[in-house]
Amino acid sequence: MGPRSRRRARGEAPRKEGGVSSDWPLWEVFVRSKGGLAHRHVGSVHAPDAELALAHARDTYTRRMEGVSLWVVPSAEIVASDPDQAGELFEPAESKIYRHPTFYDIPDEVKHI
Amino acid sequence: MATASSEVCGAVDPRTEYLLRLGDDALVLGQRVSEWCGHGPVLEVDISLANLALDLIGQATLLLGEAGDGDQLAFHRDVLDFRNCLLVEQPNGDFAQTIARHLLYTTWQHMLLQRLTSSTDKFLSDFAHKAVKEVAYHRELASEWTIRLGDGTEESARRMAEGLDWNWRFVPELFEVDEALQTAIDEGIAPDPRGFEEEYRSAIGAVLAEAELEAPADQRPILGGRRGHHSEHLGHLLAVMQFLPRTYPQATW
Repeated sequence: MGPRSRRRARGEAPRKEGGVSSDWPLWEVFVRSKGGLAHRHVGSVHAPDAELALAHARDTYTRRMEGVSLWVVPSAEIVASDPDQAGELFEPAESKIYRHPTFYDIPDEVKHI
Repeated sequence: MATASSEVCGAVDPRTEYLLRLGDDALVLGQRVSEWCGHGPVLEVDISLANLALDLIGQATLLLGEAGDGDQLAFHRDVLDFRNCLLVEQPNGDFAQTIARHLLYTTWQHMLLQRLTSSTDKFLSDFAHKAVKEVAYHRELASEWTIRLGDGTEESARRMAEGLDWNWRFVPELFEVDEALQTAIDEGIAPDPRGFEEEYRSAIGAVLAEAELEAPADQRPILGGRRGHHSEHLGHLLAVMQFLPRTYPQATW
């Protein structure tokens, strides 16, 4: 299998001639800080492909023992809500405080809620 | 300045000699890679290279600290007293040449450290356990970049091939065993590098095959770094690295 067919098999776009950093796609980085906690968004990196995106994320965001697990996701794959719709999407919840779990006691032993 | 040199580098015992060789490899390569700091092709790669340099300088601190006074050894020895191999002092060139050097050295270093974990010497065995994980990442990253540059554009493949070509003649020195190393091997302190030369050749071959690159033709090997016979490049590196503590001996952090 040649280079181009290998890249196709990995689901990657063909490489452009003379490609430099500006052609590298952006990847969103998520770090799990310790076992049991969820991955949390920490930032983004540029990288030519998924493996190097993981390497760049490791070198940029976990140098000071911040994590035990990493996810990278192509930024282009993130589906975001439309800021113009913020009113209709989020404001109706503001008047419904009874949806907050503040009306009963949480035992002290329960962490991370 | 000559004082530290003559103290430590006249005739030293095989263990100290071995510590100096590994320590100088790490120090000189760490200094070389750190020259990229602020000059990396992109921000992410700049950070990544700085991390590699810091790992190596950390290793040098441990090894030279065990060999003697680490700062004296790093900053107050002259070029003839350095015991590093010639590969690590080679100039950075372009990014591909830096990657080629890192691939060729850290693949060797990784295989060495895997074996050094069972050294009879407690310090070296502990050191190897710690460093082997760092170096595994260096080897992996250098391999990944070799594959991408070799199997990238026409220009990146050409640059990668030229980088390998530059560094290739310094590989045989990594497997050279002289009298001092033979003594360290006999005492169980050091692994015999000849024991993994074939594994090394085939590991490098596998990376180059995936990168769609030809291994360069074997050239006349260049030896002598372990005995202090260095290329002109090391003098320039040391001039930059040692300038401050030599000009201002009282300087503190």
